[in-house]
Amino acid sequence: MGKLDGKSAIVTGASRGIGKDIALYLANEGAKVAVNYSGSKERAEAVVEEIKASGGEAFAIQANVDKADDVQNLISSTLEKFGSIDILVNNAGITRDNLLMRMKEQEWDDVLNTNLKGVFLCTKAVTRQMMKQRAGRIINITSIVGVSGNAGQANYVAAKAGVIGLTKSSAKELASRNITVNSVAPGFITTDMTDALPEDIKSQMLSQIPLAKFGNPVDIAKAVAFLASEDANYITGQTIHVNGGMYM
Amino acid sequence: MSTVLERVTKVIIDRLGVDENEVKLEASFREDLGADSLDVVELVMELEDEFDMEISDEDAEQISTVGSAVKYIESKQG
Repeated sequence: MGKLDGKSAIVTGASRGIGKDIALYLANEGAKVAVNYSGSKERAEAVVEEIKASGGEAFAIQANVDKADDVQNLISSTLEKFGSIDILVNNAGITRDNLLMRMKEQEWDDVLNTNLKGVFLCTKAVTRQMMKQRAGRIINITSIVGVSGNAGQANYVAAKAGVIGLTKSSAKELASRNITVNSVAPGFITTDMTDALPEDIKSQMLSQIPLAKFGNPVDIAKAVAFLASEDANYITGQTIHVNGGMYM
Repeated sequence: MSTVLERVTKVIIDRLGVDENEVKLEASFREDLGADSLDVVELVMELEDEFDMEISDEDAEQISTVGSAVKYIESKQG
């Protein structure tokens, strides 16, 4: 018996990184999962296969979250396959890091479009169904830097801080229809990207983490599953920080 | 076959939990029938389903009374 038996979920950007682990973990808790991807079809299909191999139900679906038509198709295809949408995890995100003074307008636009507008479009599109259901869980992946700031990531930080504001506003608008909206803010999580960092940078990062270790993607997935479950019935508009104490 | 008014009235009664005799043509959803802004959005959604039509956000903003809903739907049904 899983926490999410019989529920159906959409995870955006689920072909790799934290999104992949979220998809796998929700499936492990019994949810049927729509594995959304933008470009990595093979990786998304591998996630679907992994879920099916452990007896779960999933399918891969392409959509760019910053395109309203793609998002509409993502929602209606999922609805067609699963019959309901109980959980939306807005995870898809990109980085285009640069110093403020060197940041190109395109780098700003790309990050804001995917990381913030994408959350808006997916939330808007899923709300119709969730309002009808009189139930729904929306979980947005933000970031520690959305509250702490970070040099070289003005675009990313602005988008992630925006996601926190969007979370609170949608939580207030949708609460009367029994839809909760929360955010999870990861700290330093081990992924392919962070593995590639030089040792001295890594040890410097580690020194700022009271729990003295990097997080795993599954640490984020567990917080998401909690917010998606019955255990979190009375929680809305919140941001849960999962960062080993790196920011308090 | 029910008239547009009868079908609209039924949707309103189901959604807003009001009494049939309150649903007059001139009744405003928000001022007379106790709907909040989200109720009106939902009402429009249900009218879309009931009449199998799409109502754009711009058009939806014009629908504020029972009569305006009926008139809009009748005009679209030609």
